[in-house]
Amino acid sequence: MAFESLQAAWQMAGHGPYVWGAYGLTAVVLIALVWMPIARARTVSRQILAEHRRAQSARPASVSSEVSDAS
Amino acid sequence: MWQIIHKMGSPPWFYRFAGTVLRWALPIVLLLLVVGAVWGLLFAPPDFRQGNSYRIIFIHVPASVVALAGYYVMAFAGAVSLIWKIKMADTAMRAVAPVGAALTFIALVTGAVWGKPTWGTWWVWDARITSMLILFFLYVGVMALFEAYENKAAAAKACAVLSLVGTVNIPIIYKSVDWWYSLHQPASIKFSGASAIDSSMLYPLLLMIVAFYGLFACCVMLNMRAELLDTHRGASWLQRALLERD
Repeated sequence: MAFESLQAAWQMAGHGPYVWGAYGLTAVVLIALVWMPIARARTVSRQILAEHRRAQSARPASVSSEVSDAS
Repeated sequence: MWQIIHKMGSPPWFYRFAGTVLRWALPIVLLLLVVGAVWGLLFAPPDFRQGNSYRIIFIHVPASVVALAGYYVMAFAGAVSLIWKIKMADTAMRAVAPVGAALTFIALVTGAVWGKPTWGTWWVWDARITSMLILFFLYVGVMALFEAYENKAAAAKACAVLSLVGTVNIPIIYKSVDWWYSLHQPASIKFSGASAIDSSMLYPLLLMIVAFYGLFACCVMLNMRAELLDTHRGASWLQRALLERD
């Protein structure tokens, strides 16, 4: 390690707030950048699967009569 | 090669392909980022002139480099979308914009934070920094322009034109430190000849650049997959893909 202690690594001879602040902010932005499309995909795929299940459970009724299938 | 390019244009193929790639690529990229950050923060030696504030370059330089390269990707996708009217190309174009905007934002903010202890100021209206700010507005502009149109085909066209026109800015950013007298230091890494940076600092920096490129690719694929899910809700291939995964 380039520092003698964790305390020294945290302070970085006065540059600590700048360096750790920059890394912290970058981490937050990057996590958000990765997380947002994953969350969006998850929400949409849940909706698609729910829609699919609804269509599946409605199917037995529509098989027995062709009239309801057309509606 | 052509076959792969052809397949890229097919949403079902791309959706599966990106899913497979992301499953192993995303963990690797995240691991590389953590390793590079710890290396740069704790193990690289302090700079003899700048002390420890220089450690910010391990995120500042990769973010800037990839933000610039990403713009070419976006403009290229825009050109493909304009010329061949391939839907996937404008999906790709729009997937790049938020990633590029975030990276440019990181480059600007970490640059400012580095500038305070090093130059004594957060911000100067310097050629490099101002042209980088314009890059940020171009990315955000492409995102906003798409939302501004009701007709999505017209929106994609307008975005493609904007991203193509914006490429003028990229060589200006590259060359700004040479063309104008600038506070910003010129590049320390050179492809030809000796780099003005010691290998103990160069290796973690190169690692971070690779990691940021990887992250860019992963984020673009994640955005494209989310977009495909959203726009192909009713498609049977998508339902099949989702059911198989469960």
